[in-house]
Amino acid sequence: MSDKKNWPLWEIFVRSKNGLEHRHFGSLHAADAEMALENARDVYTRRNEGVSIWVVESKNITASNPEHNGEMFEPAQDKVYRHPTFYDLPDEVKHM
Amino acid sequence: MSEEQIKNLEVQFEARIARDEKIEPKDWMPEKYRKTHIRQMSQHAHSEIVGMLPEGNWITRAPSLRRKVALLAKVQDEAGHGLYLYSACETLGISRDELYDQLHSGKAKYSSIFNYPTVTWADMGAVGWLVDGAAIINQVPLCNTSYGPYARAMVRVCKEESFHQRQGFEIMMKLANGTPEQKELAQDALNRWWWPSLMMLGPTDAESIHTEQSMKWKLKRKSNDDLRQQFIDQTVPQAELIGLTIPDPDLKWNEERQSYDFGEINWDEFWQVVKGHGPMNKERMKARVGAWEEGEWVRDAAMAHAEKKQARKQKQAI
Amino acid sequence: MKQNLYNYILGIADNSLILGQRLGELTGHGPSLETDIACTNISLDLFGQVRSYFQYAAKIAGDNRTEDDIAMLRKEREYVNVLLVEQPNRDFAYTMARQFLFDIYHLLFLQELEKSKDLTLSAIATKSIKEVSYHERFSGDWIKRLGDGTEVSKAKMQDAIDGLWTYTDELFHQTEADKAMVAEGIGVDVTKLKETYYKKVNEILEEATLEIPESKWFQKGGKEGIHTEHLGYLLAELQYMQRAYPNMEW
Repeated sequence: MSDKKNWPLWEIFVRSKNGLEHRHFGSLHAADAEMALENARDVYTRRNEGVSIWVVESKNITASNPEHNGEMFEPAQDKVYRHPTFYDLPDEVKHM
Repeated sequence: MSEEQIKNLEVQFEARIARDEKIEPKDWMPEKYRKTHIRQMSQHAHSEIVGMLPEGNWITRAPSLRRKVALLAKVQDEAGHGLYLYSACETLGISRDELYDQLHSGKAKYSSIFNYPTVTWADMGAVGWLVDGAAIINQVPLCNTSYGPYARAMVRVCKEESFHQRQGFEIMMKLANGTPEQKELAQDALNRWWWPSLMMLGPTDAESIHTEQSMKWKLKRKSNDDLRQQFIDQTVPQAELIGLTIPDPDLKWNEERQSYDFGEINWDEFWQVVKGHGPMNKERMKARVGAWEEGEWVRDAAMAHAEKKQARKQKQAI
Repeated sequence: MKQNLYNYILGIADNSLILGQRLGELTGHGPSLETDIACTNISLDLFGQVRSYFQYAAKIAGDNRTEDDIAMLRKEREYVNVLLVEQPNRDFAYTMARQFLFDIYHLLFLQELEKSKDLTLSAIATKSIKEVSYHERFSGDWIKRLGDGTEVSKAKMQDAIDGLWTYTDELFHQTEADKAMVAEGIGVDVTKLKETYYKKVNEILEEATLEIPESKWFQKGGKEGIHTEHLGYLLAELQYMQRAYPNMEW
């Protein structure tokens, strides 16, 4: 392969309608952010799927490493006191 | 990592898939899993974009404006599907350019069906009805495959694909109910596309090499022969409904199996086409390579412009 | 039948029809998948507009002709699109330059047509403005990218602009139908769009570091049905099915 620069990859996030969060829809290639937005519009919202688009160049995303999933996420599993069901209340107490 | 450790990881990995857990891009995976997925997903992506050509061939000649917009939208969807699938492939650490290289150099395969020519307008009907019909049978189970990005791409593809087959069948139905000349067009197209569509579902189980591993990884949920039988059983009544005849004298309902028996498939032809000797193999590659090479200066210019713009922005910021 | 109104609608619709057809030729052959999808989108927008116009024209004609009859069964001298839109897809620079030179006009035109006393035309204009605003941005961006891209792209884009410039003046010629419709408050006085058009075009060309062509020699004829040799082949494809299999439904 030559060392020439190809259009970088962008991650596309679309808000389907107001009131909902932007959700990851997929990715595509574009030379710059404006083109990424235009391409995203044509590729991911042809069927009226969105009202707002975010584009982020893929290389700018920092992801957690699944190999560290144990230390990252498992410690949260036994912190049951963060959930309402941890606390015992008499049935007579309403609206809590 | 020692061999023992890898073995251990592999066992855990297979167990995750067996538990119906999804595998995501950064997860550890056996090299073979990665390679097999790159191969299957890229083949699938290549099929979508090569598949644009036989149908694109009739866009300028569509018989009505309604048919023209439907066909344009359909071929455009195929570009979209190719794009979703290439993107899914890229999560495994291979670039779209590399994948294109594999296609253009003939190293990668795509679905052989697209090496047949679309001769008449009726072929737009036959391709939509039969080729997309066979494709859907293959694709729906993949919405549940083990590799997350592939499964998500397939969910999107299947959702969009649902109009394609209907579009094709509607074209055929209109022709079959039209003038005798139109009906003849429809029958002729069915005659030419029927057998290639059956072949499209892959070689018989006895000759299929990847099946067992693919089943385990949920890249495949049913064998080729089962898929073929399903396709035939669902398509024959549709042909009857519009008064067309399946070009197979041996086709017969089997009461005991509750399925159709069908005639011998010409596998020589299949392998010939796979090896590059189909009627349109060379044309298809020429068109793809041509578009890519002619587009190079455009892609380079866009990149150069983006860099200039970025540099100007940085200068302003100082 | 309201002959002037009918002719007037054809004058608008034929531009979208022929340009949509040209873009349709490119589907599957674009410089990147993303660009391919975008160009097809523009083609689809244009054909959508064409259908609205011709359905309206068919209603006015009132002689049982359908949108397809009007779109596909006229003779070459009866198509009244401007010469600009029938020019072939020589390369991506030509395709984008043609699009850009038409889009700038198209949007200005529709913004005026929206004010038409004819409510159908006004409604079509309102819907089309949204689509064409996007086309204009899309093609304008490509003019800038290719103009201010590499040396190769700049040369190609300059060549395309120079080659197509000669077809721009015709956009502002008035036909008989034009004049009659302007008088009735239905049509757009295209002569009034000219100044703004060249101003907008020149701005983008400058931003794209391209030369504004100086030539004052302009081609015309499309609006009178006298076309370049390219149109005949385009029509041969467009009309093939309707000609080869007349009086059938598809």
